[in-house]
Amino acid sequence: MKLTGAQALIKSLELENTEVMFGLPGGAILPVYDPLIDSSIRHILVRHEQGAGHMAEGYAHATGRPGVAMVTSGPGATNIVTPLCDAYMDSIPLVVVTGQVPYSVIGTDAFQECDTVGITMPVTKHNWLITDAQDIPRVVREAFHVATSGRPGPVLIDIPKDIAMQEMNWYWPEVVDLPGYKPTTEGHPKQIKDAARLMGEAKRPIIYAGGGILKARAAEALRELAEMTGIPVVTTLMARGAFPDDHDLCLGMPGMHGNYTAVTAMQESDLLIALGSRFDDRVTGKIDGFAPEAKIIHVDIDPAEIGKVRRPDVPIVGDCRLVIEEMIKAVRSDQDKNGNGKKGCKRWPTLDPWRAHLREYQERYPLVYEQFDDGPLKPQFCIDQLNALTPDDTIVASGVGQHQMWASQRWTFNHPYTWVNSGGLGTMGFAVPAAIGAKVGKPERMVWAVDGDGCFQMTAQELVTAASERIPVKIAILNNAYLGMVRQWQEMFYEERYSEVYLSPDLPDYVMWAEAMGCVGFRVDSPEDVGPTIEKANEVDDRPVVIDFRTDYREKVYPMVAVGTANSEVIVDPDTERLSGKS
Amino acid sequence: MNPTLEPKYHILAVLVENKFGVLTRVSGLFARRGFNIVSLAVSPTEDENYSRMTIVVDAESAPLEQVTKQLNKLIPVIKIQELSSDQAVERELMLVTVKSSAEARSQITELAAIFEARIEDVGYDAITILAAGRPEKLDAMSDLLTPFGIVELQRTGRIALPKLGRRPARLRAVKDQNR
Repeated sequence: MKLTGAQALIKSLELENTEVMFGLPGGAILPVYDPLIDSSIRHILVRHEQGAGHMAEGYAHATGRPGVAMVTSGPGATNIVTPLCDAYMDSIPLVVVTGQVPYSVIGTDAFQECDTVGITMPVTKHNWLITDAQDIPRVVREAFHVATSGRPGPVLIDIPKDIAMQEMNWYWPEVVDLPGYKPTTEGHPKQIKDAARLMGEAKRPIIYAGGGILKARAAEALRELAEMTGIPVVTTLMARGAFPDDHDLCLGMPGMHGNYTAVTAMQESDLLIALGSRFDDRVTGKIDGFAPEAKIIHVDIDPAEIGKVRRPDVPIVGDCRLVIEEMIKAVRSDQDKNGNGKKGCKRWPTLDPWRAHLREYQERYPLVYEQFDDGPLKPQFCIDQLNALTPDDTIVASGVGQHQMWASQRWTFNHPYTWVNSGGLGTMGFAVPAAIGAKVGKPERMVWAVDGDGCFQMTAQELVTAASERIPVKIAILNNAYLGMVRQWQEMFYEERYSEVYLSPDLPDYVMWAEAMGCVGFRVDSPEDVGPTIEKANEVDDRPVVIDFRTDYREKVYPMVAVGTANSEVIVDPDTERLSGKS
Repeated sequence: MNPTLEPKYHILAVLVENKFGVLTRVSGLFARRGFNIVSLAVSPTEDENYSRMTIVVDAESAPLEQVTKQLNKLIPVIKIQELSSDQAVERELMLVTVKSSAEARSQITELAAIFEARIEDVGYDAITILAAGRPEKLDAMSDLLTPFGIVELQRTGRIALPKLGRRPARLRAVKDQNR
């Protein structure tokens, strides 16, 4: 069967079970947009290519399937570099197709030419420039395989216009043959046994669960491991929802803005069981002072993460789910053989004193804020109300900054894949398009974006996309009229010298802007309107909703570990003692 | 190991797919991860589908383990071997043009003979020498030629293959060393 390169590309995407793609056409990608008309793939026309990339990320976050985006050459390609980098940092599977100028004119500075493969090389797991239409099915097959296996990540296929128009003989490769790519998925049995032994010896162990748990679909296995050992769990920013927040063993989020107990539990522990986490600087604080007494078990599918920051005592390369399942078996057999109570055995001591110690911290250092009835409106109160008034399995997307930290700290994530955010790269403007992508992937679920006013202004135009495609996402802007996190740093570390952080609460007018984009817009100034307005927003299901919450700009994110200090120096909210009622 | 005996560099023999852009992927990785390359030589192997890169990495810029693990993540990288000096045959090629008056010419050719180098070209006031050997030998030779006045010098960077040895080769395969 003869097909054009473009037809072969679309057919290959269909065979990879692509149900939806996000994109925006242009000159060089025109030939590929033509056969799309006859395809089963739903295409969502975005208003900016960055939106396409973040939507694909949101879709991948929520569904676990690779997000697919397609854009044109030159500026189309450069506009999607940010989402690629974001996905690379957070290990999100993306397949991005970019148009390229005809192969015959590459290198001549042709109109809308840029070296897409060169530009995206450092921010993709791999990328391909197609030079022969005959290669298309093979490359698409390889691209999906690379994006979704091992440590997932974004890949890019650059297709010159003349190659898209070239004829090829259709085929579909049954197997992927990449001799240089063989991810290790099964952990080494001896290492797993050693890990079980260390767990049995520890008196103050902590499971340090990272985003890899979610990537590996390992949430259930993690729960079993935690419950059988009684080891408390911290869930990093990328792992919120990987272990239920309402579980007795859950300590919540560690790190720079983690809660006191989670941060201190890691710091005081004698064994950290790092599962799919990468010892990010935002988690560890000053590395020399991080968890000084802890032995480390480090499980990761990417061998390069192991020993990159902190040398583990037991390194295990493998898929988190497979490794944890083996760990469960190893722990069970070790507990049977050497558990405390067995004659002469001192392993698996009770962890009751450790957990009681941590519970004391939880009581003494809760997350606090104070909402007065007559205002000003506190951002934390808005998030608590949203959390209370939405279904348990609501998907929450966020941008980057104070609102992100409050959302991550305060929301009760009881299900995996309900938290969509930009962790590694910290991409402002992520929330709106990511929420749209998540809603496309999970149309039956309620999707809220918790956004900041600064973030919202970066990608808000994608609400036009959402309105025209009838994608009813809901956006809560915590509008404090500032680039809040930057303001917080200037207040705390730059002697309150506020440089270029003021944005204004009412320029733009968010309600009018929302309505101009085909959304429903609400404004909330006072605490008593928060709940009723959220309920009104929850009822809208035919278009997006935007709520402009006018929040107190003075509110800061606590606790905080300042940059360059160790996690032993957590700064808690100065009002903690008074507000925790335990003075 | 006594820290003063730590090598200043590591030699990596990297087998890669012979495709365009592979050199960029490898050198780009080194640049963005802050690994310093001392020298780099690339050429096709006996199998035209593969090329071999001999990369000499500055040992102080990054732990070898990170370098090899990051390299292994590149999809066109098939295999990496670390070749330590005593377990590898290392050679390098050097072309050097030296100022050479009529009087100096015999001294230079004598020097070349000591180093088993060849005279490749002779001009009125200069001479071009080809030398091959272990990198230290080339260092010594260029030092001794310096007083005559080196006009131009070009070295290939080292290439290396594991020593065959009478005992089984003690190659350290660096892949999956955490397993």
